[in-house]
Amino acid sequence: MVRFENVGLRYGLGPEILRDLSFLIPAHSFQFLTGPSGAGKTSLLKLLFLSLRPTRGLVNLFGHDVSLLGKEQVADLRKRIGIVLQDFRLLDHMTTYENVALPFRVMGKDESSYRKEVIDLLKWVGLGERMDALPPILSGGEKQRAAIARAVISRPQLLLADEPTGNVDPTLGRRLLRLFIELNKSGTAVVIATHDMTLMDQYDARRLVLHQGRLHIYE
Amino acid sequence: MSRTDQHLGPLVDLGRERPQVPARARNMSPIVPRGSISGSALVAVVAIMTFLASITTGTVLLVSASAAEWQSEVASEITVQVRPSPGRDLDKDSAAVADAVRAQPGIVEVRPFSKEESAKLLEPWLGSGLSLDDLPVPRVLLARVQPGSTIDLEALRRRVTQATPTASVDDHRAWIERMRSMTGATVVAGIGILALVIIATIISVSFATRGAMAANRPIVEVLHFVGAGDRFIANRFLRHFLRLGLEGGVIGGGIAMLVFGFSESIANWFSGTPVGDQFAALLGTFSLRPSGYLILAAQAVVIAAITAWASRRTLFATLNDIE
Repeated sequence: MVRFENVGLRYGLGPEILRDLSFLIPAHSFQFLTGPSGAGKTSLLKLLFLSLRPTRGLVNLFGHDVSLLGKEQVADLRKRIGIVLQDFRLLDHMTTYENVALPFRVMGKDESSYRKEVIDLLKWVGLGERMDALPPILSGGEKQRAAIARAVISRPQLLLADEPTGNVDPTLGRRLLRLFIELNKSGTAVVIATHDMTLMDQYDARRLVLHQGRLHIYE
Repeated sequence: MSRTDQHLGPLVDLGRERPQVPARARNMSPIVPRGSISGSALVAVVAIMTFLASITTGTVLLVSASAAEWQSEVASEITVQVRPSPGRDLDKDSAAVADAVRAQPGIVEVRPFSKEESAKLLEPWLGSGLSLDDLPVPRVLLARVQPGSTIDLEALRRRVTQATPTASVDDHRAWIERMRSMTGATVVAGIGILALVIIATIISVSFATRGAMAANRPIVEVLHFVGAGDRFIANRFLRHFLRLGLEGGVIGGGIAMLVFGFSESIANWFSGTPVGDQFAALLGTFSLRPSGYLILAAQAVVIAAITAWASRRTLFATLNDIE
């Protein structure tokens, strides 16, 4: 599904922050991406999400060499990827329901075809009572859950999550991890970037550890 | 392809918690909120531009219509001048020329100006109470040509010269040529002003679009995250700009139409003044024909379309810079 070969990344003329990354993310796999702060976890997620292009090496996503992709092809590939960012990126003028339903709207689906699914998922992440609330009045944890719901609602083939349990209590963190595991069982490859050891200890999964720009894999 | 197209079970099984989903459809907020685009300034700019363009076009239409009317009137008349000559009777010469002109095929009416009428024509320059006996003033004959027919001017000239050697025929060609060049200059000036107005509109809309895109950059980024292509995003913005363009076009075009609608009344206020008389001479009745109003309406739609096009062009250029 995802193949990196000798990938390097630098910002501008600065030092290389990711060096010689070579790894595979198979379909249906589950992995934690970890490492100290500033190790390049978010940059690696951005490479996976096609927000950044590598300065060297080969990135192959869903069978496509990303260096050859045009903007519309990138948009098509992104429909197969869900992403949860640390800053949530919810649209403040839309309700929680509308934010979560956004991927379906972009796909051009009729509201009646996904309404039930969106409401089910909002209930599951504990936002059943907040579905008509606007993001500015949601707490940090609620925003995070809404962002996660938006990322998983269209059942992407690849889910990327950057510190997805950073703003929630341990109980809800476990519940969200269960959601990711359920999603993985239904066929989605999951990459969770975290340095929360407690979270990683709750589920036995592959660990990709970034240290000083290099990647170490623990199967 | 997203796997949402496949028939999968529910993502989460809520069991007894499964909510009763209301049957009613939700009113979804627009993806790009209307308030996020500072529309009133753009509407004002487009309205002003449309107003200026409509006034320009309307004036060009009025001048062209009046000029065409003048030309057809002037072209349907021929003036024959009989100059006095020592030893000749001017009244007899005039009568002979009138008979000769009447005999020319295509002439429907000949009206010789009497001595008194000629004196009246000269009154603005020479004052009243003038006695033409003391002056060598030529006599004028006005011949009306049958509409649609072509007069053989050479034959008429020969005929008139045979009747009286001191007579000459004027078909107003020089006057008509001058009218044509004046009308042409007015149209060219109008097209120039229209071009400037359109360029100014495009520049204003491009700036407004850039401003709107900068204000809505977070929305564009989120839309990119959920897999929206540039075309999808641009269309969300384009709707707003097309609406703003139409609003501006309707306001500017509507006010211009009202101005032309009331122009006759306005012209009446000034009638009798030198300015009013000049305008009346140049623009006739100062009223636009129904086809003129249709042209102004079409122009307002074109300006709205130009607004949308300029916005679309800027949108795609800006989207390329936003990842």
